[in-house]
Amino acid sequence: MLAFIVRRLMLLVPMLLGVSMVIFFVLRLSGADPAMSYLRSANIPPTDQAIAQAEKDLGLDKPLPEQYVVWLTDVVQLDFGVSYMTRRPVLDEILYYLPATLQLASLALLLTLGISIPLGMWAARQRDKWPDFTVRGLAFLGVSIPNFWLGFMLVLLFSVQLQWLPPMGYGDLEYMILPAFAIAFMSLCINARLLRTSMLEAQGQRYVLYARMRGVSERRVENAHVLRNGLIPVVTAAGMHIGELIGGSLVVESIFGWPGVGRYAISAISNNDYPIIQCFTLLMTVIFVVCNLIIDILYAWLDPRVRLGSEASA
Amino acid sequence: MSTYLMNSDQGLVRKSFLATLSISGWIGLILLLFLGSCAIFAPWLAPYDPSEINLSARLMPMSSKHWLGTDHLGRDMLSRILHGASVSLGAVFVTLVLMLLAGVTLGGVAGFVGGRTDQAIMRVCDVFMTFPTVVFALFMVAILGTGLTNVIIAIAVTHWAWYARITRGLVISVRHSDYLRAARLSGVPPVQRFIRHILPSVMVQLLVLATLDIGHVMLHVSGLSFLGLGVQSPTPEWGVMINDARQFVWTHPMLLVWPGLCIFLSVMSFNLLGDTLRDKLDPNLGH
Repeated sequence: MLAFIVRRLMLLVPMLLGVSMVIFFVLRLSGADPAMSYLRSANIPPTDQAIAQAEKDLGLDKPLPEQYVVWLTDVVQLDFGVSYMTRRPVLDEILYYLPATLQLASLALLLTLGISIPLGMWAARQRDKWPDFTVRGLAFLGVSIPNFWLGFMLVLLFSVQLQWLPPMGYGDLEYMILPAFAIAFMSLCINARLLRTSMLEAQGQRYVLYARMRGVSERRVENAHVLRNGLIPVVTAAGMHIGELIGGSLVVESIFGWPGVGRYAISAISNNDYPIIQCFTLLMTVIFVVCNLIIDILYAWLDPRVRLGSEASA
Repeated sequence: MSTYLMNSDQGLVRKSFLATLSISGWIGLILLLFLGSCAIFAPWLAPYDPSEINLSARLMPMSSKHWLGTDHLGRDMLSRILHGASVSLGAVFVTLVLMLLAGVTLGGVAGFVGGRTDQAIMRVCDVFMTFPTVVFALFMVAILGTGLTNVIIAIAVTHWAWYARITRGLVISVRHSDYLRAARLSGVPPVQRFIRHILPSVMVQLLVLATLDIGHVMLHVSGLSFLGLGVQSPTPEWGVMINDARQFVWTHPMLLVWPGLCIFLSVMSFNLLGDTLRDKLDPNLGH
């Protein structure tokens, strides 16, 4: 198991190196002009002299590969430069907004798993009866609804009509339910359908038949054999869902006035504040990659075939 | 054996495609044809100019004059929705073509040439697939600048790697088949071999996957427009219309309901059609 984890960690290094290259070179080769954006944010008239000075300050006068190495060395030491707008270290700014986003995304993940697993189990057990049709119908709706629109519809229903929950703002659970649900809905639906299918598949397997033949109680067959094996694809898919949940919270934050990193990044985009955008992209990607790593480890633990298979091939 | 089955299946589909379509497939197809014709014939169908501002008729309710009412600048909602169809569906279509072009070319070359080229292209794919899509799309828009064209490029850049990887897999699976060996022995040049012998067999499955993906792409495009990064405001586009109307969510919620419903229906019909096509062509594909 340890060898598996170490090997997966080693694989991350070239991945993240590639990611950092994309983040650096796409910006520098796109024709975007950081020096001009820098001057504009600082309200300095862009004279030739000012541009030259800004380029020198930002290190843009050196050859590109050298700039990349300098940038990467700084980034590895968690120095992402200063924001053009606020002149404060970028990482501090982003870390200030990040907890709110993570809060929202975690609740969304919790909702996804907490609702989809019982729903999927219910549908699988009541196959071809009304619960099954309801879940399948719901799954179909879920993959087609834009999360930002769902957010507004939830506000209309629960804040405007029923007045149960606050329509927007930052606060504890009652402020988080609507945005988290809007973010989670699509993943929740996909997950429920996935669990239903994989549980039905597991039910047809020989080891389930064998367990029943051995006289294992129906409840134990359901929990130890059908559910446990049925959960494997759900765990694999969770990696994809985390990407969706992160992306979803970036979009949905703006509807609910949630002071997260998504809203901050969007204001940085309109100001061409490139250091913030680079830091934001890298940080979110690292979070995403780390979550996927945890899921891979969980997956290997849950399914010995993966663990043993990869150790055998190593 | 499996190749034989698949080919005979495809033959069957080509012959009587409509006759074997399931109910959900029919619903999807009809909805799409309807939305497609709205998009194409919007200039003739729309009762008003979609950007004609009429401040004396602001925020009108639904009436015989304005079927879906008017927005905060007195623009006719029905006309904006209809014109929005061509922008929204058009953008998705262009994105899809770009994605397929990049994916098929690079994935095809990787699978067809193999060796180091394959390795190099696949490593690039890996890197592009490491990013969470929405974050990467935001990054690309941040660098390219806002606007519909840039959003289309951004989404294509974030999605092409999936198509490249799938194309590569499909190409490798047919690379060693007898008919390709025969073509090679009879001296067909590589490029022609790729275009005439590999591409057609790969394309069907790619198009099915693409149909399944259109809904997703559409949600991304409208999401970015909603955030104010895509289509810019007087142009009617469904995501932008929701953004324009957000301050009226308390007083005139229908301004938000209509465009959202349109996005929802389009995505749903693409999904219905995609599901049906997948089940028909290859039950194992993509899952």
